[in-house]
Formats: sequence, C-alpha cells, structure tokens
Amino acid sequence: MSEDQLARPAATNFLFVGVGGQGILTASDITAEVGLAAGLDAKKSEIHGFSQRGGVVESHVRWGNPVGSPMGEKGAIDYLVSFEILEAARFIEWLKPGGVVVSNTQKLIPMSVSSGGHEYPGDQEIEQSLRSRTDQIVLVEALEIAQRLGNSRLVNTVVLGALSTHLEIEPDAWLEVIVRRVPPRYAELNRKAFWEGRRTLA
Amino acid sequence: MKRLLSGNEAIALGAWEAGVRFASAYAGTPSTEILENLSTYRGMTAEWASNEKVALDTAIGASFAGVRALACMKHVGVNVAADSLMSVSYTGVNSGLVLVSADDPGAWSSQNEQDNRHYARFGKFPCLEPSDSQEAKDFTRYAFELSEEFNTVVMVRSTTRVSHSKSAVEVEMPEPRQVSPPEPPPPFERRPKSFVLIPAHARLLHPVVEERMRSLAEHAETSALNRIEWADRQIGVISGGAAYQYAREVFAGFSLLKLGMSYPLPKQKLRDFSSQVETVVVMEELDPFWEDQMRALGIEVIGKEFFPLTGEFTLERVRSAALQAGLPVEPAVEVPPAVPVGAPPRIPALCPGCPHRSVFYSARKQKLLVSGDIGCYTIGVLPPFEAMDTCIAMGASIGVGHGIHQAGNQERSASVIGDSTFFHTGLPALANSVYNRVPTTTIILDNHTTAMTGGQGNPASGVPAHPEREAKRIDIEAVVRAMGVLAVWKVDAMQVKEVDGAIKAAVAHQDGPAVVIVDGECVMNQGWQRGTVVKVDLEACNGCSLCFRVGCPAVLQSDERDVKTERPKAEIDPLLCTGCEVCLQVCPRSAIYRPEVSLV
Ligand SMILES: Cc1ncc(C[n+]2csc(CCOP(=O)(O)OP(=O)(O)O)c2C)c(N)n1
Repeated sequence: MSEDQLARPAATNFLFVGVGGQGILTASDITAEVGLAAGLDAKKSEIHGFSQRGGVVESHVRWGNPVGSPMGEKGAIDYLVSFEILEAARFIEWLKPGGVVVSNTQKLIPMSVSSGGHEYPGDQEIEQSLRSRTDQIVLVEALEIAQRLGNSRLVNTVVLGALSTHLEIEPDAWLEVIVRRVPPRYAELNRKAFWEGRRTLA
Repeated sequence: MKRLLSGNEAIALGAWEAGVRFASAYAGTPSTEILENLSTYRGMTAEWASNEKVALDTAIGASFAGVRALACMKHVGVNVAADSLMSVSYTGVNSGLVLVSADDPGAWSSQNEQDNRHYARFGKFPCLEPSDSQEAKDFTRYAFELSEEFNTVVMVRSTTRVSHSKSAVEVEMPEPRQVSPPEPPPPFERRPKSFVLIPAHARLLHPVVEERMRSLAEHAETSALNRIEWADRQIGVISGGAAYQYAREVFAGFSLLKLGMSYPLPKQKLRDFSSQVETVVVMEELDPFWEDQMRALGIEVIGKEFFPLTGEFTLERVRSAALQAGLPVEPAVEVPPAVPVGAPPRIPALCPGCPHRSVFYSARKQKLLVSGDIGCYTIGVLPPFEAMDTCIAMGASIGVGHGIHQAGNQERSASVIGDSTFFHTGLPALANSVYNRVPTTTIILDNHTTAMTGGQGNPASGVPAHPEREAKRIDIEAVVRAMGVLAVWKVDAMQVKEVDGAIKAAVAHQDGPAVVIVDGECVMNQGWQRGTVVKVDLEACNGCSLCFRVGCPAVLQSDERDVKTERPKAEIDPLLCTGCEVCLQVCPRSAIYRPEVSLV
C-alpha cells in the first residue's frame, strides 16, 4: 500500500458544544452550509437527547473532499467552538494539540452546582485545562455583545464571527448563509453581530 | 441543486418523491422528524398515531386501498407494531408499503440498543440500510418500488447517526410543498385469499413468502445497493449503515463491500468478494447480524471479537478495534492527555414551570413505591426526587403496578404515566386492573402534549400533525370513568397541596382501581411563562432546603448562609423562573413571595 493511499482524507473538524437552548445546532448548521457553499463536501452530526432540559449539546461539523464519518475523532478536532466556558474545558480532550478554541465567556451554572454537591471550576482552573492543549484560545464576550446589540439570541452569530476569522472563507460567504436563515428584519442585526464577533480578534 | 438535509428530512423527501399518499407515525427519537417533515407537505395525509401498531395498521390499510403508504417509528416502536408486521409479511401489499425503523445504537434517547435488522430475517421481508442523507432519500424512494415489485412490506433501517446527521443531497424535485390535491384511489381490490389470514390462507401464503425471499436474495446479488469498491485486496471490509462511513475512513485504501440491502444477503457476492481478499472484516452496528450469516456460509471473518457489540461506533473505537485485530490501519495520532477540570455534570431536570414537579415532590414525601413510565416525567428517578422504582417500556407502569400488588406487596404504591403514553398502551392495562378489581393507583400526568419528543400532538392534545387539518381532543377523565374506574380525582398540577391530597386519598382507596388525573399544560406550550417571577426574602429564609426538593433549575443556592444552621439560603434565577409558584407553595416560612407588580 502506498503512502498517499494511507493518508487519511483531509478534513476540517469542528466541534460545537454548549447547553441546550444556546443556538448551538443553528451555528453548526450554518458552518456546514458555509462549507458546502464553498464547494467542499460537508457533514454535520448532533446529539440532543435531553437538550431541552439543561443537558449538554454537542454537534460535529466536518468539511473535506469527501467527508466520511459525520463526527470527527477525539484528539483530532481543529476547532472547538463552545457557547459556555465550562463546556470548552469539558470537551478539551477532543481538540488536537495546537488547535483553536473559540469560546463564549458565558457561565451557565448546572443544577448539580446550584442545588449543592458539585462546584463550578474557577477561571484559572478552566484556563489551565484549555492551555494544556493549545495556546490558540479566543474568548468572546458573546452574550454581552449580543445584549448590547439588543437581542441575546445573537450570541451564535457573534461566536460564528469570531470563528470565521480563523478560516479562509470570505466573511460574505458566511453572511450569505446567516442572513438566508433569519427573518429579513433581523438581517441587519445579524450582520452587525457577525462583524462584532470578527472584531473581537482585532 | 445540493442541499444539506438530515437523514430524517431526506427520508421524508424520498417518500414524497415516491408519491407517498399516507404516512403515520408515533413520535420517538430519532425518528420523529420524518413525520414532522411530511406533515408540511401538501397532497398527502400525515398523521400522528396513538401508537406504533396503529401507525402500521393504518399504513397497511392505505396500501391495501391502493395508495403508497409509510409508517415511521423508533426501534422499540417496532416491538409494539410487531404483531401486525409479522403477518403483513404474509398478506403482501397492494401499493407500496414501507416501514422506517430508526434504531439507536448508543441508546442516546432510548431504553435499549436493539438491532432491528433481526426483524427483517424474523419476519421475512427486505431491509434497506442507508449510510447518509442522499441514500436515505434514494433508498426510501426505491423501497416503495421494491415493495410493489416483490409484493412485500419493506423496512428502511436508519440509526441515530444517519437520522440526525446532515449531509449533501442532490434535490431534483421542485420544492415539494405545493401540489394539487391527489386523485381519489382506485376501487378496493378485494383479495381475501391474501388479505384475510385465516389458517387456511396463511398455510398457503407461507410458501409464497419463502419463494419471495428466494427471489429477493437473487435480486440482492445484482442490486446496485450492494456495491464493491475495489482497492488494496489485503483487506476486504463488509459494512453498511453508519458503520460504512467509519470503514471508509479507517480502512481507506482497502477494498470495501457496502451492503445497502441488509437483508436478504447476496450470498454469492459475499463469497466472491471474500475469496478475492486476504482478510475479511465485517463491521456492523450493532449485532453480528451479517457476521453470523457469513460464518454459516463457511466464510472466515474478523468481526465482533474486536468490533464493539455495545455502544455506538466512532472513528476512534473502530480504529482501535482494527489495531487490536492486528490489521494494518493507520494508528491514531498520539495525543497526550489534557489537564482535566472537575466538570460538574449537567443532569437533566424537569423544566422550570413543568407541571410534573408537584407529583414527584409528593411521591417522594409520601415515600411511595412508584412504577414509572416513559416520558419527561422519567426524570422523577433522578435527584432530588428519586421517586421512581421501575420503568421498562411505554405503558408498562400500570401493569407492573398491578403485578406488584398481586404479588401481595402491601406498600403504598402508584403507577405514573403521561397522557400520550396513556393512550399509547396504558388503556388496556387500566382496563385489566378494573376488570380484575385490583386497587391500583394510577396517576396520569396530563400535560396535553407528547413533550419528551418535542411536543407532538396526541389524542389528549387534540392537536393534528397537519396544521390545517382538524383533530379531536379526548377527555381522559371521561375515558377513565367510562372504563369503570369509580375513584377518580382530577387536580390542577400547579396546586401542590391538592395534588398531594389527591394522591394520598387515591393510594388509600382500596375498593378497585383509583385514578388521579394531574392536569397542567406543558410549559413549552405556554411560552415558558406561568406568572410573575418570584423572589426570596433572605431575612425570612433559614435555608431549610425544602424548595430545593422541587428540583427546579431556577431555584438556586445563594451565597448567603443561615447563621444558625449554616445552610445556604435560596435564590431565584429571574431568567429561568416562569412564575409557576410551586417552590413558593412548599416554603414553610413564606420566604418565597410574588412581588407586587406595579402597573405604571
Ligand atoms: C414504544 C416507544 N415509542 C416511543 C417512544 C419514545 N417516547 C418516549 S416518551 C414519549 C412520549 C411521552 O409522552 P407523554 O406520556 O405525554 O409524557 P411527557 O413527555 O409529555 O411528559 C415517547 C414518544 C418510546 N420510548 N417507546
């Protein structure tokens, strides 16, 4: 068997994580569609058993040519996109060494903490865990930005804006997909949110 | 045009392209979205059935009446439909009849991991198994043709990973949402020798079924659904369904036989393929369904001694199994462990404002032995309630409670069942308790919807699948009384004392079965709002912790502690609180209160 036959099909692997109701599945949908629109093969996969009820939501997206499995491999994820900072740390094992973490700084306290027993880890502990895998950590105050723009549901567009700066696809290609998915009267707000997200890196 | 569709969207589209005219389903993850999608189409009828057997039976009727028909369900739903399924195999069909079974390897949202391909062999009908959304659409469409060509019901087996993944689908049809109403069906073809399974007919039909399986097996040899991808012949992998996608990656560069038709198997093709490769690997989720049949053909394979028999496949599980088997696949990249955080779990909880809360608060308080059922309310088994002792399958709660009683158990006990589940399989069980005069207590949690799966219509809701059609709501109290239950309480789910009192009285009732209907609209249907957000008076709160026992995500421990007891006082999350006031009602010191709303 030759060397290049052995090579794994190159894929860009995203893992979106967070808590039910945060718009994670919309964000992963958009990312998959952007890949497809860019002429790549794209797949996305999700698990949302008890998501309505405060559970963890995880959704994989892969771009490639072609993509086989709709889920990436543990330790080989290129972009870990988290909507909640603790969830970034929970899933950090999935990231490949040196991969990119894009995380909303928001904290959603689990019931196991709020009604006793468990503790929410401190900022330092979370940072240390993320840093043990990568130095490429982008923290976005997505909730604050969204609220400043007047609608907390813009969080996922802000996060996508931040993520988009790491990928070679033109911002307009992202915006086209995003705008297509929202009612026309929210188009402008989403554009703004996306650019605010991009700016967090400037 | 290429569109990104989930497996379930694609199945719906495939059925639509095949001209399906009637579809029925009982909700169940991961199958629910198939009917949800079909119900947005015009020119056909899509219905929520009261259970899976009814869904299949109505589809059988539609097929007999000359229109293409579809029944969809999750894997365990096929168990409910199995009685009809095993025999419709004998009757055959008139127009195409397709059953979609969405299996759940990994039990992401199910009570077991059963592999429904066995039904195809057991019931003697073909099974098609797509690996992505394009195939989900194409195979479903083709299933109707196969059904008519071979006069048989056809099973399309999906899995969570196929149903809930999105991938590109070539969509040739125009947007399938606007078409004129369909033509009326042809007159009913009366064929009692096929459609009436008296023993005399059944005996004659059985050989026909066996002959059909022989010709289907022949057909499988040349079917384009079973395709060989030749490459390096050192290894030949036989795979299908979601597992094929992992095989493609982990065994990149080696030869593959992809089985799109899971049953019956193309024996000659398997023999030929196997003889042309050095090592044969069978990769299937989850049971050794193909492996066992291949071994029976005398083919040596590597299979379940390495590849997982339990739990969903993933790239890393497949890769490490292959390496363990000594196969020359590329090893995983070595990644040193990351520094872990002690991440607190996110345990599922009843939603803020959920009407089921009061029942489990009471059940815990009264230390009831609870035979439970399946729905949102199964969360009653988890902390802080821990008030459920059995849960097996839908509708089982009432029968199990009955059995506990008949075993001579004297403990205070009750069965707990949701409205959708009550109409699904609770009715016959309650009839059984009435008939046998056993003093069971059944608590029916009527939230007027099938909440667990996202809020589908059911007979207790009166909400149709098609937004433009009509549906009737059935009054549970009238049904229960008509069945002969004499002791019936109907209480407002949001009134904790009333609920508690009714349960106590019902459990004490010894003259025949008692029923408590706990009535409260699901909070999802109320826009997550029930009233005014409540507050805690920290002066009055002494950290007694009773309000924590209602298990509400909006009731938090504050940083403030009671000086005497040193226990944390309560705090309400104003973003989560729906104002249902269940916590307010259990607070013995009136520390939780409804603030005066000033109307400016
Ligand atoms: C045979 C079978 N069919 C379907 C399901 C999926 N399922 C689990 S619970 C549920 C609905 C429960 O509805 P209901 O009894 O009204 O309770 P709720 O969730 O509304 O509280 C469904 C459809 C299943 N587990 N088993």
